[in-house]
Amino acid sequence: MKLFPTGTLTGMTLVLKRFLRSYPNDIKENIKARSLFRKTSPEVASERASVTQKGLITVEYPDVKLKPPENFRFIPFLIYEPVLDAAGKPIVNAATGKEEIGVERCTACGICAKVCPPQCIWIVRAVGDDGKPKPQAAEFFIDIDVCMNCGLCAEFCPFDAIKMDNDYELAGYERHVNHIYDYPTLLKSTTYYESIKPTDYANEEAARKAKEEAKTKKPAAAEKTATAAAAAAKTATPKMQEPPAVE
Amino acid sequence: MAVLSPEAAPVAKNHVEYSKAFDAESVAAHLKESVDGAVVSSSSAGIVVDSAKIVDALQWLRDSPELAYDYFSSVTAVDWPDKFEVVYHVASTVRGGPPLALKVNLNDKENPVVSSAASVYQGALQQEREVYDFYGIRFAGHPNLRRIFMWEGFEGFPLRKSYKEAYYEQDRKPFETRWDQGHHIIIEDRVPWHDNVIYPKNFDPTTFKQIREIVRVAPTIEQGDTKALKTQPIVVSVGPQHPSTHGVFRMNVTLDGETIMALDPVFGYLHRNHEKIGERNTFYMNVPFTDRLDYLCGMSMETGYVMGVEKMMGIKPPERVEYIRVIMNEFTRIVSHMFGGIGQVYSDLGAFFTPIVIYGLEERELVLDLFESASGSRMMCNYMRFGGVWRDLPEGWLEVARELAHNRLPKVADEMETYLVKNEIFDVRAKHIGVLPPDLAVNYGVSGPMLRGSGVKYDIRRADPYSIYDRFDFNIPVGTNGDIYDRMWCRIQEIRESIKILQQAIKDIPDGETMAGKKAYSFRVPKGEVFAHIEAPRGDFGWYLVSDHNTTPYRYHVRAADFINLATMEQMCVGHKIGDMVGVLGSVDIIMGSVDR
Repeated sequence: MKLFPTGTLTGMTLVLKRFLRSYPNDIKENIKARSLFRKTSPEVASERASVTQKGLITVEYPDVKLKPPENFRFIPFLIYEPVLDAAGKPIVNAATGKEEIGVERCTACGICAKVCPPQCIWIVRAVGDDGKPKPQAAEFFIDIDVCMNCGLCAEFCPFDAIKMDNDYELAGYERHVNHIYDYPTLLKSTTYYESIKPTDYANEEAARKAKEEAKTKKPAAAEKTATAAAAAAKTATPKMQEPPAVE
Repeated sequence: MAVLSPEAAPVAKNHVEYSKAFDAESVAAHLKESVDGAVVSSSSAGIVVDSAKIVDALQWLRDSPELAYDYFSSVTAVDWPDKFEVVYHVASTVRGGPPLALKVNLNDKENPVVSSAASVYQGALQQEREVYDFYGIRFAGHPNLRRIFMWEGFEGFPLRKSYKEAYYEQDRKPFETRWDQGHHIIIEDRVPWHDNVIYPKNFDPTTFKQIREIVRVAPTIEQGDTKALKTQPIVVSVGPQHPSTHGVFRMNVTLDGETIMALDPVFGYLHRNHEKIGERNTFYMNVPFTDRLDYLCGMSMETGYVMGVEKMMGIKPPERVEYIRVIMNEFTRIVSHMFGGIGQVYSDLGAFFTPIVIYGLEERELVLDLFESASGSRMMCNYMRFGGVWRDLPEGWLEVARELAHNRLPKVADEMETYLVKNEIFDVRAKHIGVLPPDLAVNYGVSGPMLRGSGVKYDIRRADPYSIYDRFDFNIPVGTNGDIYDRMWCRIQEIRESIKILQQAIKDIPDGETMAGKKAYSFRVPKGEVFAHIEAPRGDFGWYLVSDHNTTPYRYHVRAADFINLATMEQMCVGHKIGDMVGVLGSVDIIMGSVDR
């Protein structure tokens, strides 16, 4: 071993450089916000996690949260279409404070339950008065502790009825009641879906509209628009980074 | 002391270009001539060898100068209704080329015995224990045939088709209880302790004693002058709850003072029988499960498995997909080396909470952000599909990737090298410690940066090229001494080479489809078998898949590189101090998810 550890000192110089490089942006942000000790604002949070950032790239979770990218996936949820008023806004029930459910998209076809790798989806198909099965779920359970967030259910659902959520804060005190999501817990509005995945939503709605038009219009001409819309839906991909989140 | 860069020293072994590979048929013809009565039959899938002649056949294949099958890739078994089939895969580090499959049929299902290959390949020592543990196949002449993942006293052999695990429902997913009348039951409430949990005969928990014998594989070292001071060796159990064991790995270490005399690795604390789960799953369901093998490089795991199934189904992924896979794989290699292979070793050697791990993490975050925006998840990506990827890269993804590959990542590689190459403290802790000689490494089937650190130029991307790696210009860095230092040095150089590949791939990536054919969630895979292997960050990860024309694989075996690399732990540690053992373990770079499977 050398008597004078020059290599170790070189390493320490690097550490010092890194240390000094960490804070300029922090100080700049504080000056901008006109206070000295202040948490990162949501506006600068998304800048921080970007590839051009030099210095600190962390934000103070949970005070500041980064909005996940559009492709982000967590526990699945089921989609309903709310009842809309004349202005096109969902009607909210005054008593419960919840939106009125118009159409539940799930038809209980069972594809999600069949494709699920850890088999955490449980579906009971509804039965009509005549004793024949209806295209509707009577019960729907997802054991979110078993779910591995793979997103295969959402990928293979032919009715756009099951989608992956962006909500990742699921900690609870109890496993056997709170963490087994039943049908009412899983149902979320299309407006919510639009807010978390706007590109996917727009693509799917366009494809749906084209399909409906194909049904009403002349089949030959409409097919063209349908395939064009499907092709457009394929090429359009969500953006890399979401606009900064404001909590 | 002048710091020697390994680059300056001559490369120890073979820098010749790999020659043409042999197919199983022609090897069988050679083998028939040389080893009398060894070949029973042969096909393009492999050679069926007589069970009495398997050791002779392996010996001949290893020693034949022309074939030179010196590398023991894997041994596993398949439980057929009428027989057990032991499958060996051997490869050549001299010649390159795909591995050769040798099979032995054991028709006696009650008492399956085959000779141990350990006299030819020492790598068989550990893997044969695994086969014994899972199938109950005994290997005659094996010095240490104990259970490896399951505990001593476990009843039954889990990978036999007749074995039913706890909470067993059905042989194949999807389970019928889930749909149509899927009334939810909490899985623990079913408590089927009666029919699918087996206890050994006369099992009594109060009198049961665990076997604590340590079996030495490495030669014992001289104990010096024992008359001067009366000492006796002590056994220390390191782990499973020890921060330096990277999870739940355990070693029983016999110590003389502070010097290691023997080391016995204990596996299985994170064992979940990935292979049994894989055989219950449909082919599609296995993709997200492979992410959980080596969770620092999920994208590589997916690629390996998906490639195997694609080979069986005869799908060729579109050009753009191949590029995306290369980009993802190289990003994975970089972040995995930064965090696991380099950062953690510094941390293990005492630089805990110092910036080296953290600096690597900064760039790792950015790469994981890229994975997240493309696939939806940071580590458990589930991005690869048979014949494609989940969806195309998002808008602006390639620009960020380009920025990373050109500007950010090379700087981190430089920084890491600065800490490594000139650091006196690191020199003392890492040089000439944990030395693994090249011939031993090859014989043990060691792979990845560990093998290359010992000076063997063997990289699957070059030796048995897959995907489109033959299009890129990159080098294979090799060390000279095979110590901790060289392994780390190799990893840093590999980061540089990966950056080179990334820059080329990002430049050349074409537009186009991201899926060949139509997606389906349930399909039958043609009858056959495949051994697909890739150069993952931790080495040669292989998938041995057997299909019997069904929706689920009949056999799903993973050759986990870091599990096999661990076999040499004792050889590397004996004679060193216990403090060095932690560094050696760090330089093996294990991820318990794939070690214990």
